[in-house]
Amino acid sequence: MPELWQEAGFGIYLHWPFCAAKCPYCDFNSHVAAEIDQDRWARAYLAEVDRVAALVPGRRVDTVFFGGGTPSLMAPRVVASVLERIAARWSVAEAAEITLEANPTSVEAERFRGYASAGVNRVSMGIQALNDADLKRLGRLHSAAEALAAFDVARAAFGRVSFDLIYARQDQGLADWEAELGRALELAADHLSLYQLTIEDGTAFGDRFRRGRLPGLPDEDRAADLYAATQEMTAAAGLPAYEISNHARPGAEARHNLIYWESGDYAGIGPGAHGRLTLDGVRMATETPRAPGAWLDAVERGAGGSFPVETVPGEAVLDEFLMMGLRVRDGVSLSRLAGLAPNEEILSNINELVESGHLEQRDGRLAATELGRPVLNAVLRAILA
Amino acid sequence: MTDLAHIRNFSIVAHIDHGKSTLADRLIQLTGTVAERDMKEQMLDSMDIERERGITIKANTVRIEYPAKDGQTYVLNLIDTPGHVDFAYEVSRSMRAVEGSLLVVDASQGVEAQTLANVYQAIDADHDIVPVLNKIDLPAAEPARVKEQIEDVIGIEAHDAIEISAKTGLGIPDVLEAIVTRLPAPKGDRNAPLKAMLVDSWYDPYLGVVVMIRVIDGVIRKGDQVKMMQTGARYGIDRLAVLRPAMTDIAELGPGEIGVLTASIKQVRDTRVGDTITHERKPCETPLPGFKPSIPVVFCGLFPADANDFEDLRDAIEKLALNDASFTYEMETSAALGFGFRCGFLGLLHLEVIRDRIEREYDIDLITTAPSVVYKIHMKDGETRELHNPADMPDLTYVDHIEEPRIKATILVPDDYLGDVLKLCQDRRGIQLDLTYAGSRAMVVYDLPLNEVVFDFYDRLKSVTKGYASFDYQMAGYREDKLVKMQILVNDEPVDALSMMVHRDRAEMRGRAMCEKLKDLIPRHMFKIPIQAAIGGKVIARETLSALRKDVTAKCYGGDATRKRKLLDKQKAGKKKMRQFGKVEIPQEAFISALKMDS
Repeated sequence: MPELWQEAGFGIYLHWPFCAAKCPYCDFNSHVAAEIDQDRWARAYLAEVDRVAALVPGRRVDTVFFGGGTPSLMAPRVVASVLERIAARWSVAEAAEITLEANPTSVEAERFRGYASAGVNRVSMGIQALNDADLKRLGRLHSAAEALAAFDVARAAFGRVSFDLIYARQDQGLADWEAELGRALELAADHLSLYQLTIEDGTAFGDRFRRGRLPGLPDEDRAADLYAATQEMTAAAGLPAYEISNHARPGAEARHNLIYWESGDYAGIGPGAHGRLTLDGVRMATETPRAPGAWLDAVERGAGGSFPVETVPGEAVLDEFLMMGLRVRDGVSLSRLAGLAPNEEILSNINELVESGHLEQRDGRLAATELGRPVLNAVLRAILA
Repeated sequence: MTDLAHIRNFSIVAHIDHGKSTLADRLIQLTGTVAERDMKEQMLDSMDIERERGITIKANTVRIEYPAKDGQTYVLNLIDTPGHVDFAYEVSRSMRAVEGSLLVVDASQGVEAQTLANVYQAIDADHDIVPVLNKIDLPAAEPARVKEQIEDVIGIEAHDAIEISAKTGLGIPDVLEAIVTRLPAPKGDRNAPLKAMLVDSWYDPYLGVVVMIRVIDGVIRKGDQVKMMQTGARYGIDRLAVLRPAMTDIAELGPGEIGVLTASIKQVRDTRVGDTITHERKPCETPLPGFKPSIPVVFCGLFPADANDFEDLRDAIEKLALNDASFTYEMETSAALGFGFRCGFLGLLHLEVIRDRIEREYDIDLITTAPSVVYKIHMKDGETRELHNPADMPDLTYVDHIEEPRIKATILVPDDYLGDVLKLCQDRRGIQLDLTYAGSRAMVVYDLPLNEVVFDFYDRLKSVTKGYASFDYQMAGYREDKLVKMQILVNDEPVDALSMMVHRDRAEMRGRAMCEKLKDLIPRHMFKIPIQAAIGGKVIARETLSALRKDVTAKCYGGDATRKRKLLDKQKAGKKKMRQFGKVEIPQEAFISALKMDS
């Protein structure tokens, strides 16, 4: 029997922890630094590629993803040297997907050609909103016009371009969102990530929200309406949802992200990066220090080998398999599920949810239905909790 | 021992905040009973809750020595009594131990409902009464008007009322002098066999049970062998003392004197307030008439918010009950709330005080279920049952009729708010008994069902009168009415902890309110949930909690897997704190809020 990860593939995630400014909604591991020694960081990344390659040698790399932070602040030569090193340590698939997250400012757009030359063939742009008032509220450093210009540069430079929008913003009505989404769909990207604004603890928005200073956010019913409208409009435009928040023309799905959702293996390189690696048939979780300075120091000391590599317990493998897998429109393969030996209670919970119409079994797969997807957290609690 | 002619025993009658405790403090201070450096406010109120709420719960006593203008030194025994109706029973027995009262009335506020209730108890106890107008220094003081009001409303002479300010000390010497000249000396026969009244008893962690007594006839000494005439128990007196207010040993107490004794008594429940104490060898012939025991009229369930605290709660309740014979308890289980106790109280304030003490002194978070009164269920076979808990309501086919306790409520309210008060009483099934005016204030007397009063009546009264009304009540027997048990069904499953007794005509309204409240408190599920109020099988109110429409994590990538999985683990643990009713999970907080008394 193939190992769990093999059906989904192997990807490498590389985390660049710096941003020009911290956005008030963002709870990612990102930091604003006055000066960054790009070459010093490049050396550390290369050392980590070497270390991880020694852990899982002989793999074929299907995808690489530069995430952040704002990886479009990386010097193209750093991106190039990392990709070269990856190719030196592993074999890289012919049609490997190499993605870089970019902010749509004019300064960053100037580097797009350089990234393309380095081997990046897909960008994911954080456009977030198409009107300046909301961009300002979201703490973005670009205007809508600037973002659209950067988008055009990206389209010329890369074969595949995706962008993100955040909806369910303050005071955003259904009609407002429909109009904005309509314009986004006209831009003819092949992939869109459409995220409902989530107020996270430990962010500026989280703080304001707790103090009652973030009015005009949608209630559950309006959020559900916004979500439903999003599903309809994207499907009609030929970019149906293939995951809770991700939409693509058929064939243009983000293969790297599918590795996460389908319980593939992924190496996490950089501060605070998580990975899942199957070592000797056992699924392991890897983790690195979150603070950029601490990570850098440890790597330079040669202490990367002390970063945690822990067994994911069997029950947790199953939890993650369903938690991630049911996010995907096509769900999880029943034979892979069976291989994880779910207990009677979980199977009976699943049957009940099939009966109530929240889940469906089709073509050897188990998937959340249109009724189940918007309440997936509750579905997962009902299956697993 | 003090000669009868040089003893004065008295209590102070006042409405809350009219200055009773401050006056007591001044009397203690002016006579040098307590050294200046040991003075603190509300000298006689020893419980934290008494000081904090500014109320007196237990009767306390102090012995003051006062050199009067006639050159003689008098012993003044003050018994400080609770002002609140819940503790009326303590008031009435304390009154039996003294011969006179100071009636303290705020010179700007005038007579309040509590003043009335307590002053009538003093009149019932044949007290001589000296009216005292307090807070005379305030600009709003209207002594002439208030004197007139005392004469009109209470019907006692007030032209020679003493005008004081307990705060500044103005007029306090006049009060001391009036106690001596205007209140009677006690009567008694020093040579007769011992006859002493057991006025009160309490548990002291160092001394054990302490008994307060008032000697009527004879003399009691340390070492005496005595017996309690009602219980028949016999004890040797270990210690005899007076309270100044600190306990001060004394060799003997004679007629008219008030003091305390200890006698290796194990618990407060072994003593009966109102009992007669006499000598074992040479007993008196006839005991004192005694008092009716106080009985709980309001019941509620007390459950630990954390089930692990159950044993601590049991311990706390047992300890409190040792010192409070009027507080009753028995173990109870509820599907919703687990193990707890069904407790009986003298009234709502008593309930609150006990609840506060458990939470504060024993540090236990409590869930208090809706308070209920004691119904009399008359069965068709002629049997009568007392119903303390709606969950125990027998099958209606065997019930002939149900009686509920009624109260006589006295409300004093400024004219402007009278209409609102009448409407409130009417809404609560009240029957007007009397309506009179004293100046710009109206006094209304209503016959009301107690169960309508335990349910947020104080709050409504305070809110409709902006706090200007005062309220007091006494129990007024039982009456038959159309009473039904209302059940709450969540997703067609009955939830016992939420059932309650209601009047048939008010059931729809109460049922609707409960269903609406629960609709907001129960989290949405993946399916819609009917929430119904029902009487027998008949649904009288219904709300539908619609199904959950949106609950999904927007972003979930490789870096989120661990965190989101741990969140799921937490939810697995959190589910254990939910109470499961069929397919519906109701968080404990929902019960707490739904059952919370609106106070």
